[in-house]
Amino acid sequence: MLALIAGRLVQIAVTLFLVSAATWSVMGLMPGDPVDLALMSDPQLTAEDAARLRALHGLDRPLHERYLAWAAALLRGEFGHSRLFAVPAAQVLWPALGSTLVLLGCALLLAGGFGVLLGVWGAARRGAAPAVDAVTILAQSTPTFWLGILLIILFAVELGWLPAGGLAEAPGLAEAARFLALPVATLAIGNLAGYARHSMAAMQAELGANYIRTARMKGLPERAVLWGHAFPNAAIPVVTILALDAGALVSGALVTETIFARPGMGKLIYDAIMGNDYNLALLALLLAALVTMLATLAADIAQRLIDPRLSR
Amino acid sequence: MRLWLGLALLGALALGALAAPLLQSWLGHDPFTPDLFNRFAAPSAAHPLGTDELGRDILLRLLHGARVSLAVALAVALGATLLGTGIGLLAAWAGGWTEALLMRLADGMLALPALPLLVVLAAVDTGRFGLPRGEALSDIIRIAAILVVFGWVVVARLTRAAALTQLSLDYVAAARVAGAGEARVLVRHLLPNIAGPIAVATALSVAGAILAESTLSFLGLGIQPPAPSWGNMLSNAQEMVFSAPLAAVWPGLAILLAVTGCTLVADGIRQRMP
Repeated sequence: MLALIAGRLVQIAVTLFLVSAATWSVMGLMPGDPVDLALMSDPQLTAEDAARLRALHGLDRPLHERYLAWAAALLRGEFGHSRLFAVPAAQVLWPALGSTLVLLGCALLLAGGFGVLLGVWGAARRGAAPAVDAVTILAQSTPTFWLGILLIILFAVELGWLPAGGLAEAPGLAEAARFLALPVATLAIGNLAGYARHSMAAMQAELGANYIRTARMKGLPERAVLWGHAFPNAAIPVVTILALDAGALVSGALVTETIFARPGMGKLIYDAIMGNDYNLALLALLLAALVTMLATLAADIAQRLIDPRLSR
Repeated sequence: MRLWLGLALLGALALGALAAPLLQSWLGHDPFTPDLFNRFAAPSAAHPLGTDELGRDILLRLLHGARVSLAVALAVALGATLLGTGIGLLAAWAGGWTEALLMRLADGMLALPALPLLVVLAAVDTGRFGLPRGEALSDIIRIAAILVVFGWVVVARLTRAAALTQLSLDYVAAARVAGAGEARVLVRHLLPNIAGPIAVATALSVAGAILAESTLSFLGLGIQPPAPSWGNMLSNAQEMVFSAPLAAVWPGLAILLAVTGCTLVADGIRQRMP
């Protein structure tokens, strides 16, 4: 187990290095450094000023030198500045991460809970499987951003029950929940289908096994057979999907936050890219990748804890 | 059953996309020129789905968008399948360090959140590589290339898993004993036997490509207007949800049908595999 965790941590570090190096070079290929932007907005600046500014900020040095300097600073815990928001990058990163984790946590709880319930129901009830299949295929094929727009049209425009986006202005849990409801629903519905499909397939496989017939022959009530006997075994593949889906969930958060104008990690990455804020974009991307990979690792560890066959 | 339903869905969309110019000359208006006297027109005989905020016909724009979206999907399917099958076969055949390296790479890419990375990659200016800027065709190539970078992973993993079981079977050894070279064993003997899983992976990667392309176009990083794509039509429609909510329904429905078609095809092939 410890060897697994250590190996995975090394893999995470290598992946982060590769991602940061690759995105750094890719961003270097993008047009317009910050000095170009300054030149555009200030006609007083001369070519000498531009050269002096570039030298001051190290923008005249080659790409890999700048990368190494940036990475060394990052390892010392210096996050640098966000040009877009004109504050230290850490000041926008942590609140954004908190907001996204709340969104993801709520969505994951809802999607996992309802997905597994739907899957178990589809497997346990005779004749329900095709309906669950149809619903989940449709839900999986629905683009997240379209679902978000449809929910806005229904609940914000037509019915006027919920706000169309933004963050709660007044304090209080109920107010925050009102603003969270539509984004969480969008993200949860999009991710529910995967859990439902896989838990249904796993439950169907378990319900055909001999130990289930034995349990039924002993006269156990169907509820005990389902949740006490079949479900613990069926839960293992579902946890695997949980691990594999962490990335999809974070991707969904980017779209959801953009549609509902929630200042989270996803919107931060999008805004930073759109505003040419390399440093912030890269930091946010790495943080999102790190959180995703740690979540995957946590799900893997959980899987090993549930399934004694894997830990041997 | 599923296979046929999926193929019928995709076929209908492809047919619609191909018939777009025909329908255009039949309805007698151009979906690219604004007609400001006809904004947000209700559905009628001349405009079967009504018009958008610039008075352009929504149905014709949907069909032209289908050409773009399906072209990207086809290009990604081709690229991801070729690359993924090659890498998967290489990993299964070579084993050892090559396999470990390639599969760790695949694992690493699967663990990453794809969309934030796609957003970063899509913002790269291809003009700096000497490619033409801002034309529909260069957009299609750019998006397809980015999606292939992520699309090969699923194909490679499925190909490797299928190839590993096949490589241990006797017919492979028999072919080698009969004097077939390694390339011939892989291409002529092995490949036909793992075509099923590869087809499933391809169908799934097409579904993923359609969703990813529309998402990027929706975010303004994919196909640039005025060229219509389902994603950028939706991003226009989002700004109009208060005045013309129906305009947001049709492009999403088109994406839904296309992706459902691909999923059904993948499921159908999987059901038919022995």
